[in-house]
Amino acid sequence: MSDELPPDATVAAKLATYVRAGGVITPLITLLVAFLIGGLAVLITGHDPIATYKAIFNGTGLNWLFPWTSAQDRTIAALNLQQTLIVTTPLILTGLAVAFAFRCGLFNIGGQGQYVVGGIGAVWVGQAFAGMPSVLHITLAILTGVVFGAIWAGIAGLLKALAGTNEVISTIMLNWIAIWTGSYLFNLGGPLQNTNPAQKDVPVSNDVAASAKLPVFWGDPQLQGLHIGLFIALAALLVFWVLLNRTTLGFEVRAVGFNPDAAASSGISVARNYIVVMAICGAFAGLAGTLDVLGWQFRIAVNDIQINQLGFFGIAVALLGRNTAVGTFFSALLFGGLITGTSVRNLDPNVFEPALATNLTYIIQGLVVLLVSTDVLVIWLWQLRRRRRTVPA
Amino acid sequence: MTPKRLGWAGIALGFLAFFIAVPPIMLRSIVPIVVVAAAGVVVGVLAVRGGERRLGYGAIVAGVLGLGGGYAATRSGEANLEQVVVWGALLASTLRYATPLTLGALGGLFSERSGVINIALEGMMLMGAFFGAWGADVTGSWVGGIAVALVAGALFAGLHALFAITFRADQIVSGTALNLLAVGITGYMYVAIYGDQGTPDDLPAVPDVSLPIKSVPLLGDVFGQLNLLVWVALAMVLVTWVIVFRTPGGLRLRSAGENPLAAETAGLSVVRTRYLAVMTSGALAALGGAFLSIGFVHTFSQNMTAGRGFIALAALIFGRWRPGTALAATLLFGFGSALAQRLPVFSPSGAVLFQALPYVLTLIAVTGLIGRSIPPAALGRPLPKS
Repeated sequence: MSDELPPDATVAAKLATYVRAGGVITPLITLLVAFLIGGLAVLITGHDPIATYKAIFNGTGLNWLFPWTSAQDRTIAALNLQQTLIVTTPLILTGLAVAFAFRCGLFNIGGQGQYVVGGIGAVWVGQAFAGMPSVLHITLAILTGVVFGAIWAGIAGLLKALAGTNEVISTIMLNWIAIWTGSYLFNLGGPLQNTNPAQKDVPVSNDVAASAKLPVFWGDPQLQGLHIGLFIALAALLVFWVLLNRTTLGFEVRAVGFNPDAAASSGISVARNYIVVMAICGAFAGLAGTLDVLGWQFRIAVNDIQINQLGFFGIAVALLGRNTAVGTFFSALLFGGLITGTSVRNLDPNVFEPALATNLTYIIQGLVVLLVSTDVLVIWLWQLRRRRRTVPA
Repeated sequence: MTPKRLGWAGIALGFLAFFIAVPPIMLRSIVPIVVVAAAGVVVGVLAVRGGERRLGYGAIVAGVLGLGGGYAATRSGEANLEQVVVWGALLASTLRYATPLTLGALGGLFSERSGVINIALEGMMLMGAFFGAWGADVTGSWVGGIAVALVAGALFAGLHALFAITFRADQIVSGTALNLLAVGITGYMYVAIYGDQGTPDDLPAVPDVSLPIKSVPLLGDVFGQLNLLVWVALAMVLVTWVIVFRTPGGLRLRSAGENPLAAETAGLSVVRTRYLAVMTSGALAALGGAFLSIGFVHTFSQNMTAGRGFIALAALIFGRWRPGTALAATLLFGFGSALAQRLPVFSPSGAVLFQALPYVLTLIAVTGLIGRSIPPAALGRPLPKS
């Protein structure tokens, strides 16, 4: 079986093969299988899977794009779509944080911690300096969040470069250190707990000042309309693509990803690449946390830190998107839609309980990652294509 | 004295510095604490100079921590101290907090010693927590709950084995997938079966073991009234050590993790060994989870493991993939949790920060600052296909 990948191939090399082998088809089949199994779970609990998926889809607001949607439905769909895109924004960025590391042969499980740390930085700057000019305040808050995230992930890169510490272990540990540190900062008596005497017993930060809030460009700012963070995330996608495909750094990153030994012997500093790449990943994830704070949350509660999963979702986003810019966008949109469509606010409880549907999202997410983890599906498709190619000859 | 003994003596002095500052001795002056802690640091430095880096640095850290803890204790009120530091209760709850971690770490040990990375301990534990509660509810007995948890954990781990070993998937990716899946599966079933009500109040619980040593000072308070699973966890440490390091099966297990090709050449089925190891791993982690739901809090709530599987993984790495040292690590982390539980008397937010301690210590351990933790040689490598 010469089609088998060598067992010690790096993750990046494997994924490159997947892209060549399956193109856009394998992610689609992966999704199909995941949704089928999810539908089975819906069926077992005595609900209609097709009606359920339809209700979830309508909850995402993506039906806004269809020309046949009636004007009345369109108003609701617009509100839903704004929510979906609000969730898509951080997912694009946490996805990029995982994808960029993968391209260098690194596995960044630390997106969650970097997201939390970025949010902390943003809320810290955002709640101070009231009265600063808005553009300046927003820029400063974003920069702080990005730098916080970059430093947090940079620790893992530094440890890998200096001591050879496995980045998987260090990023897992850094995740939990970030989560508990964040819980400490905003807890009762913590250094960043709110200074409002009426909220003395609430473990939540101060609100960010009005001058640090991102402008809303679609929908009502009072009703959590869509903020301009979406464009920042889209710009990050472009940065990711250019950085990876059109710069020396990107070339080195990909070279290290395919084979660190070969890269090292051709004069590339592997250690430096590990540090820089992890810092960039952290910058993406930190930006995700920042945009959530400045765009719609405006404060961080201890509960948010404990419950939020957007950083972990980034792993599924990147894997399903095959670590490419375009793929990351579409899978972020997919998971953003799933999260919004199954939320208490958007799913019709008469069709399917939102509490169940939220967990359905986790199941589908887990299945996607599980199916992507193996090359069986890909190798099988590859062989199928080869056979088709060789038969007529 | 050998450097190794010096190192241990330094660590002991560091602890002593803290110990004399709290009840029952409770010295109110900082001077003796500084003297003892400084002695610990000096002895640690001597040990490092003598070539015993790991224990020596450990002694230095223990001395600094002892000084910090002791200083904090002399600055706080005597009444508060009496309330927080009740050694009997503190050590008993250390054992209680350490139990799920110990079982999880032992589970991880089986899997990782056989060469399969297991970052899915968290998910396996969560499965055990739910299925333990559900099994106990359905069968009406805690024995049934444990049995269901063990089977569910083993089957769930079998999925990891299927992907990691047979399909030769990336083990970290499939482990991550399992963690995500476990949250979804347990949450889905929990909502579907129990809805808003939650698990019933009369959920059968794993019984406590009452020993007739109540009147013995300290020992009676610590060991007199412990859950059965606490004892099982302690026994499993010994059992695991015997199996892994003193039986032919254990030798096979370790050879699959160190040099699978050589093991295969010697006629051993690496695939079968790894399957068995991973499924054992799942069963043990699930037992740890079941302790949480039907041994400790007597209810299940969504995502109730809350990172304990990762602390278990941390303990395994911190304990260098050995049962005894892993137990020591879980006891250390358990003591941290037990102390954090009582600290809110002083500062609620400070107690929260304490929860990060296991992760910080592990991060330091894996960087090699205090002696490197070296994993099994073939960890994460699938067997090449012939």
